Amino acid sequence: MEHLAEAQGRAPGPSRHSRHPGMSYLVGLAYAIALTVASFWASSTTSVYGPAAPVLLAVLAIAQMGIHLVFFLHISSAPDQTNNVLALAFGIFVTAFIIFGSLLIMTHLNHAMMSMEQLQSIQR
Amino acid sequence: MSMEGAIASGEDMPLSFQGPAPLRVVAGFGFWLFLLSDILIFAALFAAYAVLSGETAGGPKAVELFDKRHVFIETVCLLASSVTCGFGALAVLRGDLRAMYLWMMVTLALGVAFVSMEASEFSTMVAAGAGPSRSAFLSAFFTLVGTHGLHVSLGMVWLVILLLQVRSLGLQPAMSRRLFCFGLFWHALDIVWIGVFTIVYLGAR
Repeated sequence: MEHLAEAQGRAPGPSRHSRHPGMSYLVGLAYAIALTVASFWASSTTSVYGPAAPVLLAVLAIAQMGIHLVFFLHISSAPDQTNNVLALAFGIFVTAFIIFGSLLIMTHLNHAMMSMEQLQSIQR
Repeated sequence: MSMEGAIASGEDMPLSFQGPAPLRVVAGFGFWLFLLSDILIFAALFAAYAVLSGETAGGPKAVELFDKRHVFIETVCLLASSVTCGFGALAVLRGDLRAMYLWMMVTLALGVAFVSMEASEFSTMVAAGAGPSRSAFLSAFFTLVGTHGLHVSLGMVWLVILLLQVRSLGLQPAMSRRLFCFGLFWHALDIVWIGVFTIVYLGAR
C-alpha cells in the first residue's frame, strides 16, 4: 500500500521516509528566524536606501513564504507532488491577480478622480 | 516489460492504471485545495488593506499605532508553534502518543500567547480611540488582522477537540489524518502571518 502511495503522489505535510524527519523543521526554523530578523532590521534601519526598503521587505517575505512551503509544508518538485504544485501555482496566480489588480485599478481611479478642492469649487 | 513486472515495481505503472489513491493522499490534497481557497480570502483582505491603508480620515496613521517589538514577539510565538506542531505531526507518524500530546500542548500554549497578545493590542487601540470605526484604514486593519486571529483561535478550538478525540479513540488512521490536516492548516496560517507582518506592520508609513 505504502509504495503505491508513493507512486501516486503525496499530500503536503510531514514524510515518514526521510532519515531525520525533525531536521527539516529545525532547518526551516533557523531560516525563518533569520529572515524575520532581517525583515525587522530592514524596516527600521537607515542604511537601506529609503525607496528600496519596501522592495527588500517584499523579497524577504517571499523568501520566507518559500521556506515555509518547503520545510514546513514539504512541497517539493518531486514528480509525485505535481498536483500539489499545480494547485499552489493556481493559488499564487489568483492571489497576485486579486492584489495587483485591485491596486492597479484603485490607483488609476484615484488619478482619474477630481481632487476634493476641485469638486467643492464646482459645487459652489 | 511485461504487465506483471510493472505491477510488481509499482512506480513504472501509469497513474491511471494504479487504482484510487490512498485516503491519506486524497484527504491531504483536498485539504490543500481548501487552504488555497482560504488564502484567496486573505488575498482579498490584503488587497482591501493595501488600497485603504492611506485613508486615515484625519485619524491615527499606521506608523503611529504599531509597536514593532510586540509584533516581533507575536511572530516568534507563531513560528515556534509551527515547529512544535511539526514535531507533533512526526510523533503521530511514529505512533508516540505521549510526545504527540506534549508537542500539541506546547503548540496550543504558543497559540494562546499569540492570540492574547493580539487581543491586548486590539483593546489598547480601541481604548485609544483607534477602533475599526475610526477610518477606512482602521476598518481594513481590524478586518485583515482580526480574520487571521480568528483563524488561529478556531484552529486552537479544533486542536482541543482533536486532542479530546485522540484521548477517547486513540491514534487510529482517521485521527492521524485529522491531525495531519490540522498541521497543514496551522502552517498555512503562519504563511499568511508573514504577509500580515510585512505589509501591515513593517510596511507602515
